[in-house]
Amino acid sequence: MGGSKMELRTELDTGKWTTKRIVSYVLLALVVVGLPIYFQSVGNMFMVRIAGVIGIYVLLSLGLNIVVGYAGLLDLGYVAFYGMGAYAGVLFGFVVQDWLRSLSFLGDKADGFTFWLMLPVAALAGAITGLALGTPVLRLRGDYLAIVTLGFGEIVRIFLTNYSKLTGGAAGLPRVGESIPAAAGQQWAIDTFSMGDFVFTKNLFWYYLIVLLCLFAVFVIRRLDDSRLGRSWVAMREDEVAAASVGISITKTKLWAFSLGAMWGGIAGVTYAYWIGFISPESFNFMESVLICCMIVLGGMGSIRGAVLGAVIIAGLPEIIRWLATLDIFSGFITPEQASLLGDYRFLIFGGLMVVMMALRPQGILPSKRRARELHPIDESIKEHEDQQIWEAEHNTNTPNHDL
Amino acid sequence: MLKVNNIHTFYGKIEALKGISVEVNEGEIVTLIGANGAGKSTTLKTISGQLHPTEGDVQFLGETVSGMLSHEVTAKRIIQVPEGRHIFPQMSVQENLDMGAFLRNDKAEIAADIERAFELFPRLRERKNQKGGTLSGGEQQMLAMARAMMAKPLLLMLDEPSMGLAPVIVDTIFETIVRLNKEGMTILLVEQNAHMALSIANRGYVLETGKVVLEGPGKELLANELVRKTYLGEV
Repeated sequence: MGGSKMELRTELDTGKWTTKRIVSYVLLALVVVGLPIYFQSVGNMFMVRIAGVIGIYVLLSLGLNIVVGYAGLLDLGYVAFYGMGAYAGVLFGFVVQDWLRSLSFLGDKADGFTFWLMLPVAALAGAITGLALGTPVLRLRGDYLAIVTLGFGEIVRIFLTNYSKLTGGAAGLPRVGESIPAAAGQQWAIDTFSMGDFVFTKNLFWYYLIVLLCLFAVFVIRRLDDSRLGRSWVAMREDEVAAASVGISITKTKLWAFSLGAMWGGIAGVTYAYWIGFISPESFNFMESVLICCMIVLGGMGSIRGAVLGAVIIAGLPEIIRWLATLDIFSGFITPEQASLLGDYRFLIFGGLMVVMMALRPQGILPSKRRARELHPIDESIKEHEDQQIWEAEHNTNTPNHDL
Repeated sequence: MLKVNNIHTFYGKIEALKGISVEVNEGEIVTLIGANGAGKSTTLKTISGQLHPTEGDVQFLGETVSGMLSHEVTAKRIIQVPEGRHIFPQMSVQENLDMGAFLRNDKAEIAADIERAFELFPRLRERKNQKGGTLSGGEQQMLAMARAMMAKPLLLMLDEPSMGLAPVIVDTIFETIVRLNKEGMTILLVEQNAHMALSIANRGYVLETGKVVLEGPGKELLANELVRKTYLGEV
């Protein structure tokens, strides 16, 4: 008998480093690293910013993928964790900033450390919010869970809007007289990497930082996928009764999913806040949750590559179409005005896309093998046929229990 | 080994168990029989921690297990094969068995136990890489039992193992139960098929609307007039 190693990896790859794989990874790395530099050098600052935003969505969809894709818990309020990370990071950041300034040995570098200290704090804030949502909804499933999580997302947004004493209300943060400090390393990167005419901007700094965070997320989530916890998620998703009967704690497994998923939302939130330098409750509305959900569904539930691809398509496509329309080679196909119009109708287009996906390819573009199987139910007639075969076999041999 | 002391269990407001006491000694096959709604499965679910008694308790090897959650009861090595089998449909047979050993860490022994499970159910070996959900009903029951064995149970609880299976497969399942018992496994069996259950059981309990109405050695119950009339369909 072969080894009894579990092969529950949800990715499609076999782990072999074929030439084709290496080439595609190198090409991907070139695009990810090089494209923003190209945009910057041609002076298209807008696209650099879009690249960063796409990165934020990749983080968010990777995080939500843990909850929805791995644990099978439909969460329509994921934006709550994104918001909590952003607000906790900024509000607590002000306090920490004051404290850092009081440390004389840091001198004028004090402010810069705020972001780096707030990164783990926001992750924790997200995870705790995840537990706060996860605990009361433990017994809910499917549609009911979706409704409660949706409500939770709205509660957080409304709370942020109305508790204006703390959060600045609809006007957002920072308030007049405050400012979100720049991250340490930003100025250094700008000074170091700017060469001749090429200016390494703040947006490029944040873009590469976000890419690093995404890589970190992919690494961590892949490890999770192969862990006991990852196996528990698959087992729980497939059959809760069976999972409990083999000794898996359903409570613990669900709470881990909620908090580990929410953690990435918190990280994305604080990163967004310190990059853009401004947050308001309207950035964390229900449509964001829906978009992030769409990303996973489109890309393929339970698949890391799917989550990344979905985020790139949903967050990037409207902008990329707009950009392509400005290029001379495409000027014959679509005018910038038409492209802009396309952007305005993007929710309609995404909605249509979702319907088409559900009908034709419910498992998403790059699904996990396991998830794809789950969405294509097993034909019951095959089972009946097999029982018949067994029955016949047992009777023909006239030794009904020859197995034993 | 297992002592169920006067348990009362409710489904919402409905009292499904009205004071059930059952005892299982080491090495025995004990069966609970009775009509639909008598409380057989409820008793099993109360022992396995899926339900919790409002009164009475469950003692296992001198420890109170009532009030524990399912996975905690599993950790005490009281393993339930749930009614309706509940295998993992998208996992292969091999992966299902691996999941059965979820709480164990001894790799070499797990591999040996998988081999043992395949000896017990050769058909599972043939379908080692097939998805659990594509197996026939009988094979799924075998898989559910094999998966339970992977947890090294001290007490194996089977909930309606014959449900919905072809008679031939039922024979196989029951012969396996007897074989496991001969090898030292203590078994608590819930069955609608009273005749088969009583004929392999050391002792049996007859349940009716949440109460034990009769108990005794399997053979005696099999000969009992009330049992013959009510459950074996003889006039």
